[in-house]
Amino acid sequence: MSVIDRATALELYRVMRTIRGFEERATQLFGENKIWGTIHSYAGEEAIAAGVCAHLRDDDWITSTHRGHGHCIAKGADLGKMFAELLGRETGYCRGRGGSMHIADTSKGNLGANGIVGGGIPIATGAALTAKQLGTDQVAVSFFGDGAVNQGTFHESLNLAAIWKLPAVYVCENNQYAESLPVKRAFAVEDIAKRAEGYGMPGMHVDGRDVRAVHAAAGEAVARARAGKGPTFIVADSYRHEGHYYGDPRKYQTKDEIEGWRKQFDPIADARAWIVADKVASAAELDGIDREIATAIDRSVAWADQGPLASPIKLPEDVYASD
Amino acid sequence: MQATEARAPAATREMFYNEALGDALRLEMQRDERVIVIGEDIAEHGGAFQVTAGLLDKFGPTRIRQTPISEIGIVGAAVGAALTGLRPVVELMYVDFAGLAMDQIVNQAAQNRFMFGGQARVPMVLRTQGGSGRGNAAQHSKSLEAWFAHIAGLKLVMPSTPADAKGLLTAAIRDDNPVIFLEHKLLYRTKGPVPEGEHVVPLGQADVKRAGTDLTIVTWSREVLFSLDAAAKLADEGIAAEVVDVRTLVPLDLETILGSVRKTHRLLVVHEAIKRGGYGAEIAALVAEEAFDDLDAAPKRLAGLETPIPYAQHLEKSVVPQVDDIVRAAKELVG
Repeated sequence: MSVIDRATALELYRVMRTIRGFEERATQLFGENKIWGTIHSYAGEEAIAAGVCAHLRDDDWITSTHRGHGHCIAKGADLGKMFAELLGRETGYCRGRGGSMHIADTSKGNLGANGIVGGGIPIATGAALTAKQLGTDQVAVSFFGDGAVNQGTFHESLNLAAIWKLPAVYVCENNQYAESLPVKRAFAVEDIAKRAEGYGMPGMHVDGRDVRAVHAAAGEAVARARAGKGPTFIVADSYRHEGHYYGDPRKYQTKDEIEGWRKQFDPIADARAWIVADKVASAAELDGIDREIATAIDRSVAWADQGPLASPIKLPEDVYASD
Repeated sequence: MQATEARAPAATREMFYNEALGDALRLEMQRDERVIVIGEDIAEHGGAFQVTAGLLDKFGPTRIRQTPISEIGIVGAAVGAALTGLRPVVELMYVDFAGLAMDQIVNQAAQNRFMFGGQARVPMVLRTQGGSGRGNAAQHSKSLEAWFAHIAGLKLVMPSTPADAKGLLTAAIRDDNPVIFLEHKLLYRTKGPVPEGEHVVPLGQADVKRAGTDLTIVTWSREVLFSLDAAAKLADEGIAAEVVDVRTLVPLDLETILGSVRKTHRLLVVHEAIKRGGYGAEIAALVAEEAFDDLDAAPKRLAGLETPIPYAQHLEKSVVPQVDDIVRAAKELVG
């Protein structure tokens, strides 16, 4: 395990706690019928977005998924504009046109959440192609779930990235279910990371609930990409605390599994434990961070709630770009 | 068979349609280093229809980027490249293969800008070709423009002459939106005068390829050539047909179409794609909505039969409008 300095450890904790706080509040707002459509909670998977994005600059790119709030926050998004988007406001990231499944923040290199499983993988590959073509040292990271690994876009994109040695990192968040299908019924191989070998790129398999492990693996992969040494495939094992979507009856899981695994696979509880045990920071300091985050979320929701509703009259504006 | 441009500008050179497209690519790649071409067989081979012939030597393998056979990977990579600063031109060998790439075309390229509230631009061109007439049968001969016309966020171009092919491709590459650029496999070896050097035909401008007073034939792609031949035959019988080449289906130059119909009072729409759900229905409906009182007869559509394209030459010809079919339909409309 690599040694993580105090500042990095606290920043990773802060990002993970912010994601969890955002998801908890979004879930609450959905329950109050303030959020329309659907939301997919990232709770339980925070260590992956936090650990990977810690290595990225604002001008590096990511593509995200339908379960995208965590990536968005880890890449530096403004919480108020995220809540405003969920609430359908003109002040939201997408002016109410995208909602939870399409939040993008191009100012931070976030090329968008994506409602199509595997839809972002070729897009990140194309972003990496831009970096290579223009001779910059930017890196593109694609986040996707275990479900996306069985889409054709995964196969075509990883092959293109490998033959062209693109500065890309492919991060599979194995949260154990593709919607309702358990991983064991979707793969005949035990170790999904082995697929990397078939493309001629390094594959890494990490414990996705341990932010230190994710941080270390992503550090290697991003450095390799930045140095022009080509792409990497990382599989991070995790567990989705909530259902596939808000309101999922979860008939494909037992109550024992849900309650047991939630406790067993909680990257934030784990991080608290080692941060305190290793005397990186005290429990009181972490509680202080928790309080700051809660206040920031309250303020963000209040700001979002004051924004004007997105205007239908302006809808045609964003269909086509004009010069 | 070839169209002759009545109003060809002075500094022109006779070129094949595929050469004219290659000329546009060459000039735009020289002008802007962000323009790259990406697709199958486009390097040493010069493209399945020789549009990129010679470009590899000039621009090298990173800008003429030949790919494995991975349609959705190619189109998706172009979307990502366009979002992040390049201006990719994808060559998709047959429009029939668009099905393999449709998610990236429809859910990503077309909608990213809108879904992101205007934060993104997707300046990419997807060049491909369709149409029948070469015995390639059902999986390599379709006319699928209606698929793309139905998607908000795409522009759609279908040039009929070498000059238009060059000018419209130039405009498409400079456009900040995803443009579907549909060529026709039997137009590649048609010849015509093409302006030398920079030549831009703005998107959204129809072209009256032949003036007339008795009926308006609205058409595009290869059927423009058929319609011009039909118009010549009709003239022998004293019927003056005006032929409007829409050139870009999205955005559509409705004003030129309405202007023509208000003059001739009769509309015939001709296209190779099957009639059911075809883009001709859209044009007929728009004219009925906007110029009903100017019409002396109901708008008429002449289009492909509702079958897959068959293989045998005589069968293939039997399912898409031929010159004599257009003559017959025009006489029915006028008569």
